[in-house]
Amino acid sequence: MAQSAVLPEKGSKARRHFSRIQQIIEEYGATESALIPILQKVQDEYRYLPEEILTFVATALDLPPATVYGVATFYAQFSLEPKGKHIIKCCDGTACHVRKNQTIINAINQRLGLAPDKKTTDDHRFTFEIVSCIGACALAPAVVIDGHVYGQTTAQAMVEAIDKIEEADKAEDAQ
Amino acid sequence: MEGYITIDGVQTPINGCKNLLEVIRASGIELPTFCYHSELSVYGACRMCIVDIDGRGIQASCSTPPEDGMVVRTHTEQVMRIRRMALELLLANHHGNCQTCGKNTRCKLQDLAQKLGVKNVRFDELNDVLPIDDTNQSLMRDPNKCILCGDCVRMCKEVQGIGVLDFVGRGSDVRVSPAFGKNLKDVECVYCGQCASVCPTGALTIKSQTDQVWKAINDPTKTVIVQVAPAVRAAIAQAYGITGGEHAMGKTVTALRRIGFEKVYDTSFTADLTTVEEATEFLGRVAKGEKLPQFTSCCPAWVKFVEQFYPGYLSNLSSCKSPQQMFGSLAKQYFADNESVERESLYVVSVMPCTAKKFEADRPEFAVEGDPDVNAVISTQELISMIDEAGIRVADLPPESMDLPFGFKTGAGIIFGTSGGVAEAVLRLAAAAEKPTSKTAPIEFREVRGLEGLKEASVTLGDKTIRLAVLSGLANAREVLERIQSGEAEYDIVEVMACRGGCIGGGGQPLPNDMQAREERKRTLYDCDAILPLHNAADNPYIKECYEKLLQKPNSAIAHKLLHTGYRSRRRIQGEDLELTEEQTGPKTPVSVCIGTNCYLRGSYDTLRRLIDKARESGLAGKIDFRATFCFEKCKASPNVQVGETIYGGITPDKIDEFFENTIKPAAQGAVKAETLEV
Repeated sequence: MAQSAVLPEKGSKARRHFSRIQQIIEEYGATESALIPILQKVQDEYRYLPEEILTFVATALDLPPATVYGVATFYAQFSLEPKGKHIIKCCDGTACHVRKNQTIINAINQRLGLAPDKKTTDDHRFTFEIVSCIGACALAPAVVIDGHVYGQTTAQAMVEAIDKIEEADKAEDAQ
Repeated sequence: MEGYITIDGVQTPINGCKNLLEVIRASGIELPTFCYHSELSVYGACRMCIVDIDGRGIQASCSTPPEDGMVVRTHTEQVMRIRRMALELLLANHHGNCQTCGKNTRCKLQDLAQKLGVKNVRFDELNDVLPIDDTNQSLMRDPNKCILCGDCVRMCKEVQGIGVLDFVGRGSDVRVSPAFGKNLKDVECVYCGQCASVCPTGALTIKSQTDQVWKAINDPTKTVIVQVAPAVRAAIAQAYGITGGEHAMGKTVTALRRIGFEKVYDTSFTADLTTVEEATEFLGRVAKGEKLPQFTSCCPAWVKFVEQFYPGYLSNLSSCKSPQQMFGSLAKQYFADNESVERESLYVVSVMPCTAKKFEADRPEFAVEGDPDVNAVISTQELISMIDEAGIRVADLPPESMDLPFGFKTGAGIIFGTSGGVAEAVLRLAAAAEKPTSKTAPIEFREVRGLEGLKEASVTLGDKTIRLAVLSGLANAREVLERIQSGEAEYDIVEVMACRGGCIGGGGQPLPNDMQAREERKRTLYDCDAILPLHNAADNPYIKECYEKLLQKPNSAIAHKLLHTGYRSRRRIQGEDLELTEEQTGPKTPVSVCIGTNCYLRGSYDTLRRLIDKARESGLAGKIDFRATFCFEKCKASPNVQVGETIYGGITPDKIDEFFENTIKPAAQGAVKAETLEV
């Protein structure tokens, strides 16, 4: 996604993506059973699920808005708050947990200035989430950044990875 | 399923029961439940109805199909311990300020805690305090008292076909909430109150107006009068154990006078008036070849439902006000003309079986210069609480009669309170007009009676056949509207009451408000009809007098002014528009395209897309601020586009070129000029 790192604040509406929404709905068909894949695609466009877009999806699928809201709040993969450009997920399954992932979590939070109740950086560059088992127990402790799995990782390796991403981003922004 | 089940050692026939819970209840054991209602789907969440089944262990009986030969024990030590523990956990998460709660003494949670012997809650409260929603006129929602049984969710979705409420979140954070955590007034709720009728706790309750009524009664400058809806008497009879609806009504009249109401009237009188006006309107529609079917308009929840979901059918709704509102406007006129009581000094109170009536009385069109036709609406539940507060022992009171003229009714007005009653009242009038018969022998139309949600009948009167649909439960209404829309079904008259069985089961009625209670109330109303001397609304002598002295004739100009109304399409959910253009400086012409359901179905999405393309092609993209919005409440003319302050209807995708050239372009170029001038 070639987007600038900084997203508009919540409340001001994401703009050009809207033309995609109807395409997504037509692609999957306006049926109740297509709701989850539609929401996934919509979230790919906006990086979160804005309220107005959920109302539009409910209208198009002829579902009560409360039902769509219920589904969007049930699954951890959906976010109703704007997310950062880069998503960092730290596995907190049993294997990762016993391999002391807490030091990694602390390091990432400290590096990004985040806390358990603040998951996205102010510049919307990073979102850090703690997730249940990602199924990579052999690689514990594991962290996933933008879909790439970092196995048997350390606090220092994570801080370095974040530094690298930020540098590359800033270089891109400068161009 | 046939066969026998051994319940606590007793052989019990299955008798076609659809689940084990019903077999056990039929055997004389009242297994506790929160989330089981025979008219809703089985949810199996509350775990109160667990039993020990041989070979299967502990199971929820509501979701277990009965099988021949099952051996079941309902109160083993283990079963009782688990049940009590589940209840204790529910109590730990429940804000139990019982004494001041709206459901105090009628709360199922309270009742079962007492019955199951929970004496102690060993856990601390976990959840934060959530805000209470009391922003609408009809209902209060206190999520802190919710036990997540989902009764309201299923009632609204399955029986009413709307789905205002749903489960939100997951795990320990689950709550029941309208979409996006909004208040009920900002979503598509029609205020029928059926959710509050099934809610086992104080999470959903009726918003009380009794304080306002007491205040008016104690205000010496006010003349306070009251109208009592037909269905109320049946519920009062039940609540106070009085035999017979008219007898209960007589005692209630005495109680109302003791409370301090100066005059006591019957909404059944204006129900008679509604019958006359509505039947005349119907015959007029037939004669003029106007739009059929005619929908009844007595039910405010149904009216709001049509306004929100089927705006294309607004002109099918009878223009008659509901009996409650006819009473309000007639009483204010009558008291000014005959009793020298001016509008502002007359305080009209309604006692209704209904929560949506509170919303109806508050509609701005039912007020003259800010003075409402009906000043306060209290539900049957609230009347009972006023009677109890005043310490009046209703059952011991002698009965009294209502005041004239608005206290006189025929049986046709009484049966308005039950599903099929409005249709039957209209049929009686039409049948009598066709072939005058003895007034004392009621002409009955039994085919439209009963609590079933979807009844159809064809009645031949003279050379005409009238096709009727009689519906209760808005899911049934939705189904029939879809069939009418697709041309599958055709009717002349469609009667709709939002609550199953009609007003007798309204959201304002006392609890329990289940189908058994409704069946009993229905019988009470038909008995009231049977013992009254008149059964045809047109025979009501005071209705005749009303026409002679004030209204001239049915559907006259003055009748239209006082007794008829209009409808409008209504937005379902409040929210912000979608801004679709990039931020740019300089003045811009706002262009909003509606993408609400009606406009969307008529291609407004393409309208929007093509308008944006046109703007780009003509180099005006930076001068137009495009937005997508949800509903201008002008659904009839959909698709709608707003340019500047003006809303244009019927802008289908094929009209874009013309519309852009003639309307948007000049507006956008106007904005360009303004900018040049400023510089």
